[in-house]
Amino acid sequence: MSDYLVQFNNISKFFGKVIALKDVTMRLKKGEIMCLLGDNGAGKSTLIKTLAGVHKPDEGEIIFEDNKIVFDSPKDALDIGIGTVYQDLALVPLMSVTRNFFMGREPQKGIPFLKTFDVEKANKIAADRMGQIGIDVRDPSQAVGTMSGGERQCLAISRAIYFGAKVLVLDEPTSALGVHQASMVLKYIVKAASEGLAVILITHNVHHAYPVGNSFTVLNRGKSMGTFQKKDISREKLLSMMAGGEELDKLEVELQEMDRIHNKN
Amino acid sequence: MSLKSKSISSKGSLNEDERLKKISPLRVLLNRPELGALGGSILVFIFFGIVAGDTGMFSAYGMLNFLDVSANLGIIAIAAAMLMIGGEFDLSIGSMIGFAGICIAIPAIYWGWPLWMSIVFAFAMAVLVGYFNGIMVVKTGLPSFIVTLAMLFILRGLTLAITRLITGRTQVPGLRVLIEDDPLAWLFATDTFKWLFTWFGSLKLIELRTDGTPLATGIPPSVIWFIALTLFATWILMKTRYGNWIFASGGDKVGATNVGVPVGRVKISLFIGTAVASTIFACIQVLDAGSADTMRGTLKELEAIAAAVVGGCLLTGGYGSAIGAAFGAIIFGTVSMGIFYTDVDTDWFKVFLGAMMLIAVVFNNYIRKKVTESK
Repeated sequence: MSDYLVQFNNISKFFGKVIALKDVTMRLKKGEIMCLLGDNGAGKSTLIKTLAGVHKPDEGEIIFEDNKIVFDSPKDALDIGIGTVYQDLALVPLMSVTRNFFMGREPQKGIPFLKTFDVEKANKIAADRMGQIGIDVRDPSQAVGTMSGGERQCLAISRAIYFGAKVLVLDEPTSALGVHQASMVLKYIVKAASEGLAVILITHNVHHAYPVGNSFTVLNRGKSMGTFQKKDISREKLLSMMAGGEELDKLEVELQEMDRIHNKN
Repeated sequence: MSLKSKSISSKGSLNEDERLKKISPLRVLLNRPELGALGGSILVFIFFGIVAGDTGMFSAYGMLNFLDVSANLGIIAIAAAMLMIGGEFDLSIGSMIGFAGICIAIPAIYWGWPLWMSIVFAFAMAVLVGYFNGIMVVKTGLPSFIVTLAMLFILRGLTLAITRLITGRTQVPGLRVLIEDDPLAWLFATDTFKWLFTWFGSLKLIELRTDGTPLATGIPPSVIWFIALTLFATWILMKTRYGNWIFASGGDKVGATNVGVPVGRVKISLFIGTAVASTIFACIQVLDAGSADTMRGTLKELEAIAAAVVGGCLLTGGYGSAIGAAFGAIIFGTVSMGIFYTDVDTDWFKVFLGAMMLIAVVFNNYIRKKVTESK
């Protein structure tokens, strides 16, 4: 048995002539947080959807717990334990915490054909789970709309874990949040990983990624620029890599050139 | 270890956060969707109690009268409310009532079908119409407003054209004689608790006719249906998985789909629900009047939607209640009948209806803001 919980080996995805992803490899151990960094258009969304089973990779293989896996639908990915939390979170603001937590997977009780939604049980589990993250839901029947952005993010992550995620794929979980809220979410992500989950954290914010990540994969124009362990790479190096470091260097040279010409005149 | 202590300290600060934003019990009550309609009903009763208290409006006969009107509207308002919570509209309710009426009358009178078979036929047609509405909205992604507006015209046109083609007229009378001994029609045509009214009559507690029988003979079938449907719809919405799916489908279609809610199936079933409720309405009215009229149910869809809105349903879906819609229907039914007992000209009813709706929409909007505003 290999060390890895899940491996995405040489994943490629093409849309007609467009190469959206080429030879992207990511391997995660239990308890590891891998940050997937990339600028807009780097192929992050395509990669997420491939991990979540929305797209089928055209090349490459996905190996989960040493078994080669093919996803036919997002449900397959969910069933083996890859839980994806999309940016929109799939939460309904007007509905209660409990009703959101169990949306689509409500616990039931009673006799066949007259089964009812077991609200008491659901309330208890939802309040319990939120309590574990340190969010005190006094009233699980309060609307999700009354929660802060960070709390909503935590609710969505907590839901994914409760329903059996072993690998968490988080799409920009901190992008819409303030500093305090973001740190609350990041803390929860670290906690989840410490309990044995593998986390793929997709972000373009190195300052959020660097403190929590164990390894970093940088995506640029559909290709992986490599995976780096934290000890091997500095925050500055990462930043310059994902922002297209050469491009910024070039820009600097050009600006200097313009400056020089300007001064000459 | 350090992680643990951190999470505890953050918990503490969060608690303080929550304490600052603590909601008063009044606000919690205000956040219930049916509160407005409940308050409105009470106001309406107080108003008529003062203005028309001594006119016979609140005698057993008078009360059954306005309850009957409320109940008829309520039957379709509840179905309309559930569909609205699911995020869609049905403007074809009124036309479906007319269509269901002739689906009962023509086979029974002209083709010699037994009445029960015509009733079953009408319900089958309702399921078809509802399914068609639903599948059109779900598959094309067009607004249900447009799809069901088209259905409003198609059904009303079909009703008129078919009736005139077969009967040469626009009304089909002669159903009353068929009701007796029919195994199904009693469900829509029987007054209940007659013994109670006879007993009250013998005690002279309620008004009597000159021959000594009570003026109010029993609870009309519409009221029984109305109460049963209110309870059933509330049970579904609050207590079942399917109810949660209705809220989710109306609240956020994409999100609901992402977590595995069969949004399309939910919406189609709700469209079938409004068509079936229209048919129940039609059965009760057609069997009560003994005849089907091609224009029956005209504009009922708008009254149903108005009652649902007054009952707290948001036009954007995802929020509302069946009990609210029931009270909305009671408000409209009580006012439309109560106005006869006052000196006010009945023309003013529509003004009232519109004003109520406006107030309700403004109120609902405020509630939604309160519910969704984040800290």
